[in-house]
Formats: sequence, structure tokens, C-alpha cells
Amino acid sequence: MDSFLSAIVSVLFYGVAYGMVLYVISVGLSITMGMMGIANLAHGVFAMCGGYVLVTALAKYQIPFPAALALSFILVALLSVVLDRLLYKHIYAAPELEQVLFSIALIFIAIAIARIAYGTLQQPVMLPEYLKDQFTFLGRDFPTYRVFIILFSSVLIAALWFGIENTKWGAMVRATVDNHAMAQSIGINTKLLFSVTFALGGGLAGMGGALGAEIIAIQPTYPFEQLVFFLIVVSVGGLGSLKGPFLAALLIGVLDTACKYWIPEVGAFFIYVVTIGILLWRPMGLMGKRA
Amino acid sequence: MNKLIGFQSNSRLRMAEFLPWILALLVFFVLPDYLSLGAQILTYILFALSLDLITGYAGVVTLGHAAFFGVGAYTCGILSAKLGITDPVVLLLCSAVVCALLGFGTGLIVLRTQKLTQLMLTLAIAALCYEIANKATPITGGADGLTGVVIGPVLGLFKFDFLNKTAYLWCLAILFVFWYVIRRLIYSPFGITLTGIKENKQRMQAIGVPVNGYLLKAYTFAAVVAGVAGALITQTNQFVGLNVIGFEPSGEILVMLILGGVGRIYGAFVGPLVYLVAQDYLAKQFPEYWNLGIGMMLLIVVLFAKGGVLGIVDKLKLYWRGKE
Amino acid sequence: MTPVLQTFGLSKQFGALTVADQIDFQLEPGARHALIGPNGAGKTTFVNLLTGRLTPSSGQVKIIGQDATQLSESERVKLGLGRTFQINSLFNKMTVMDNVSLGISERLGISKKMWRTANAFKNLQEETLEILDLLGIADDANEIVSQLPYGKQRLVEIAISLGLKPKVLLLDEPAAGVPSMESGRILKALDALPQDIAILMIEHDMDLVFQFASRITVLVQGAVLCEGTPDEIAKDKRVHQVYLGDPDE
Repeated sequence: MDSFLSAIVSVLFYGVAYGMVLYVISVGLSITMGMMGIANLAHGVFAMCGGYVLVTALAKYQIPFPAALALSFILVALLSVVLDRLLYKHIYAAPELEQVLFSIALIFIAIAIARIAYGTLQQPVMLPEYLKDQFTFLGRDFPTYRVFIILFSSVLIAALWFGIENTKWGAMVRATVDNHAMAQSIGINTKLLFSVTFALGGGLAGMGGALGAEIIAIQPTYPFEQLVFFLIVVSVGGLGSLKGPFLAALLIGVLDTACKYWIPEVGAFFIYVVTIGILLWRPMGLMGKRA
Repeated sequence: MNKLIGFQSNSRLRMAEFLPWILALLVFFVLPDYLSLGAQILTYILFALSLDLITGYAGVVTLGHAAFFGVGAYTCGILSAKLGITDPVVLLLCSAVVCALLGFGTGLIVLRTQKLTQLMLTLAIAALCYEIANKATPITGGADGLTGVVIGPVLGLFKFDFLNKTAYLWCLAILFVFWYVIRRLIYSPFGITLTGIKENKQRMQAIGVPVNGYLLKAYTFAAVVAGVAGALITQTNQFVGLNVIGFEPSGEILVMLILGGVGRIYGAFVGPLVYLVAQDYLAKQFPEYWNLGIGMMLLIVVLFAKGGVLGIVDKLKLYWRGKE
Repeated sequence: MTPVLQTFGLSKQFGALTVADQIDFQLEPGARHALIGPNGAGKTTFVNLLTGRLTPSSGQVKIIGQDATQLSESERVKLGLGRTFQINSLFNKMTVMDNVSLGISERLGISKKMWRTANAFKNLQEETLEILDLLGIADDANEIVSQLPYGKQRLVEIAISLGLKPKVLLLDEPAAGVPSMESGRILKALDALPQDIAILMIEHDMDLVFQFASRITVLVQGAVLCEGTPDEIAKDKRVHQVYLGDPDE
């Protein structure tokens, strides 16, 4: 019985860590899709880039971990700005099919560049000594890095939620997600707002990818393989919502970990069934405003 | 040139429409070493046609159409390898029936939703099918694929040979049949109503058209055609691998269709032809650059050449006419 | 004679906001009825409740004596209810002929046919041309709708609904957005509409209303303020207070 309990605690723990990483990566997608209604399937590219930045910074340039993490945010946010100004602005108003194809094109290009630059293998993450191994708490061993993920993500998420609820920027974001046309007519520069938010979302995705590099392996096929999970988090959570995807991410994280632990033969099967079920019951997501 | 088909459109066959079939027969006689690639192209053209029907004409964007392609392929493979059913016509029929049921069932779910949720559902369903194919190893062969697929002679007469002659002609024949059916469908009142639904779904509802019912019919039919295409691939290769099912082939066939020209029948012919020939030549030589090339080409098409190859051909035609 | 359209206590609330308040309404066959009211009075909401686009919080809708409250939009169309939209909702990339034929095709049960080619249905063509003729746009039959001037597009909007052979036609601001030099065309088209169709028109253009309607209902804040002939409405003090301006000025 004790080992079963122990297993549950482990599954919950690993699941929550995974879920938090999923959320940090996906939250930007939820907000920007809710704001502009753009089907951006290439979001995983940002997470992958963040992962590559971290891995390269640690292994090749011996940059200390905190700096490397910060770099993953900054560089990917910059990349988002560049891509937005150069490419994304052409498809803001395009029909859904075009947006989907556009994102697929970006994914192809990103995968190719990653393959050319880094090869096809998974990138090893050189964690600093103080984040390796485990530490003991209340008589149990917890892997240090997972604890770090949970704590760090919590801080990030708290800061994000505080920002959305209490800053002017946050109020403008909420207004634009709620009613785009109305927001424009009361003078909100939605284009600028979107670019800023897009950069923030991209940066967060990069940081999430970096943070989760141990859990979600950094390799060229990342954007294709992980796309399903990011989209599940956003659509099950609810487009444009902040808290919904958090719930969805935790649910997915724990469910996936539980399945992999207890019924590995079944794989991600249940995740998909649950997703389909939830979307049938609530097409707009658990906390979404539009479908 | 790419005027939407309407109630006044002339549906008589144009001269240019004989070209693909003449070309296909020429290939059979002149390029006997390429019949394997040829059969694959013909199959993917059929697959692309089915996607064109549901996305190009009816306007339903799906990222999971390969669920049907894959299920059709695996149905054929499993019936042959595990149950010893080897008649190619029977196998095609079985794949068609299974995919009809799957298409109808998933269509009921998918068509009730819109935009992102709909996209997500199509993706989730394809991912689900992939996962089953991947994990149900005793039945599907799992990651190693399904071997032991034996296909009997067509109509008891034409054996599947190593040179792929029978496979090629078989695929050509099936493609011809479905091309004819789909072409009639597109020019029929039902087809034009689908076009109307894509143009303005709300208004169609307001004029009393049972939109979801019509879309469901189209979706189910598209699933059947994709399933038959999948079965053909299995019959040609006598093998089923994970590459026929899931999100990646769904994305790939969408890319092929767009490159050819979405929303027109022959876009589904040109796209896979160009893509697979290029892939056959380039991907083997420079695999990393293949993805890069495809990505850039897709980007250019989306931004500047929305009509794909056929769209560019149209523009050239206009230009030449203008010069006269 | 049975009224072709009736509502009984039709109401709609969104939370604490009442957008339709116990509306009792009746439309006789062949009516030329106008619905007016200040902005935000709930006129389009009322039309949406009638067509089934919105479900009421309470009350009943009857079409030709049949209870239609639970029926979907397309089912109500089959009962004989047609509507036009305030902002054009057309099949922009298709020809004028096709725009109108789509509705006729559905009504005649042609649109579910999958084998015969569409241009073989001559009766469809004939009926379409009749309607285009009636509204004076037969010359534009093969034009792509998006290439037409707005006024003519507005007529296509009406033509589409006529194709449904409705017994009741709801026109949502038919003159909206039409430049004044083209609005004569709209009035001419409205006059040409078959006498046996009951028409309910929402409008702000008072000239059009008083020329067209034989009965007027005034809607204010989701509730019926009063109803009567144009003369009665023009003289009614309450209407003036709320809407038209003081008659003594």
C-alpha cells in the first residue's frame, strides 16, 4: 500500500512538473490565438528554439544556468518579433486554411534548420551541479530539477497572472481577447498590442522549452511531435483564457505521466480520448469564451 | 480562370482533361522502371482528390485526413496478413466500408464544431489512430510495420508482379473510376451546394439548406475515397507502415494539394506528381534540404501564389492570351 | 384568415438584460408591415427570434398557425419564413444567377442530387431569371456578385430570399448602406414584390417606411410601444416623444 501511495505521489509530482512546462509553453499560444484568431501551429518552433538556445549556451559557451535560461527567453522573444514583422503580418486576415499552411511551412523550415545545425539526435542538457540528483524532504526523495521546474514555473505563472489582472497591458489584452472590434474602437492599438504579446508569448514558449528540455527532448522533430499536446492544452483549456489552459495542462501532464507509468502499452491513447470527450462536451474548452 | 463552378457551368470534358490519362499510359509503356513510384503517385492523387473534396470544395479544414488513409491501409493489410483475405476488390470494398463508418462517426463529432476546436478534433482523431497503430503491435505490427501482406490477382487474372505493372494499372483503373465519380459530384447540384456552403455557411442555413447533413455526406464520402487510396498503397507495397497514418501524412497531403492548387480537381493531380517526383529525386540526395525546400516553397505559395502550380499556369495563360 | 406569423409573449433575456419583453405580434397574409424603433430597441433581436437564430427565454412563435418555437432556422424556412440581412450576406465569388439558384435548388429538392450535372435543370434557370427580372437585375445575371455596386447587391440579397417562395418575408433594413441615388431602385423592387407575400420590414428610413407600410409597429427597449396605421403612428404623442421628435416643433 505504501509503495502504491508512493507511486501516486511520484506520478503527481512528475505529472505536475510536466504540466507546468506544458503550460508555460502553451499560454502564449492561448492568448495570441484568442486575441487575433490566428491558427498558429508553429508555436512549438519557439519552444524548440528556446531548448536549443539553452543547450548550446550550457554546453558550448559554458554560460551559467540562470543566464542561459534568461537568454532562452530573450532570444526567442526577439525571434518572435522578427518573424511577426517579416512574415506573420501577412496572414493576420487570411482564411484559416492559409494560416494553417503558413504555420506548417514554418515548421518544415525550422525542422530543416535544426537538422542541419544540430543533427537529428536528442540534445543532452548539461544541468549545473546544484540542480542535479535529488534531495530529501519528509523522508522522500525528490529529484531536484523537477522541484526547480515546479517552483520556477509557479513564480513565472504568478507573475503572468498578476500582470494580466493588474497592469494596463493586461487590461488591454483582456479587452482585445473579449471583443477585438470594440477594443479597437476605444483606441487600443491592437496591432502593437498583438506584437508585444506575441513576443512575450514566444519568449515564454522559449523559456518553457528550455526549462522542459529534460522532459521534452530537444530534437528537430519537436514541433511536429509536440504540436498535438500544445493544441490540446489550448483548446481544452479554452482559447484566450489564462486559467483554463493551466487546468488542462496539469490534467494532461498528470494523465500522461500516469498512463506512461501504469499502462505504457496504451501510450497517449487516453489523452486523445479524454481530449475528444472534453471538446465534445464543451467545444469552447473548459474555460473558453469562444469555440 | 478559377471561377467557382456554378449552375451554369459547362461540365463537358475539355481536351486538356484527356492529358493525365494519356500521360499515365505513356509512362506505363515508356518508363517501366518507374512504375513503383508511378503507382505511389496515382494513389496519392486519389488521396489528394478526397482531401480536395472536403477541404477545397466543402471548406472543411482538416489536419487528420490521413486517419482514413491509414485505417484503409491497415484494414487491407490486417485482413490480408491476419485473416488471409487476398482478393484485391474485396479488400478495397472492406476498406471502403470501414472508412465509411469511421468517416460518418467522426464526421458527426467534427462537423458540429468550428475553427480551432474542429481543427483540434481532426488532429486528435488522427493522433488517436496513429497511437492505436503504433501500440497494437500484435495486430498492426507496431513501429516495425505490418508484413506478410499477400494480395491475390485482380479479378483472378492479373497477378501482382515484381515490376509493379499490375499495381500501376490497378491504381490507374481505380483512380479513373473515382475521378469520374468525383467530377460528376462536383458539377452536380450537390457539389455546387457544397461550394455555396464554403462561400457562406450562415447564409446557406438561412435559406434552409441542412448544412451539417450535406457536409456529413461529403465528409463520409471523402473518408471512403481516402480509405480506398490507403488500401491501394498496401496492395502496391504489400506492406503497411506507420508513415501512412497520423498527423504527418495528413500535413503532407495537405501540402501536396496546396502546391498543385486547392479547390480544383487537377490541383490534386499536379500536386502529388510534382511533390513525389521532387521528393524521389531530391530527398534521397539531400534529405535536410528537402524539408527546407518544401517549407520555403510552401511559404512562397501561401504568400504569393495561392493557386499553386495550376494558379501559376492560369496566370501564364492569361499573359499569353493578352499578348495575342 | 390565419395570420401567417404570430408571437405570444415572446421574451429574451441575457442575464439581467431584457432584449425582448413580452412581445405579442401578428402578421396577416399579404401584409405590408414595418417595424420601427430607436437604435438598440431590439428590432434585429426580434427578427432573430422569429427566424430561430436566437432561442427565446419564454413565449411562442407560430408560423402559419404552426408552433415553430422549437424549430431550427432551416426548418422554419421550409415552413415559409424568409429573411434578408442588414449587412449583405451573399455568395460573393459566385454569379448573381448562382446566388439565387442556390435557394431555389434547395426548395425544389434539386440540391441533394449528386449525379446529373447542374446545368441540366432548366426549370431552375427559368425560375431564377423570373426573380431577377422582377427585381430588375436580369441583365447582371452572370456578373460575379462582388463586382456589383452595393445597391444591386442589396437587390441580390432580396432575390435570394424570394427564391425560397416564402409566405412571410422579413426584410432587415433593406435600404441600409445604399447610397441615396440608388435607393429608388430598392423602393421599386419592394413595390414589385408579390402581393400574396406578407412582408415585415425593419427600417430607419422614414420616407421608405411611410411609402411602403400599411401598418407600423413601434418597438422601444424590447417592448411594443404601439401599433397602427401610418397616420395613427405619425400622430401618436408617445412615438414622438421617444422617436420622431415633438410634433409641436
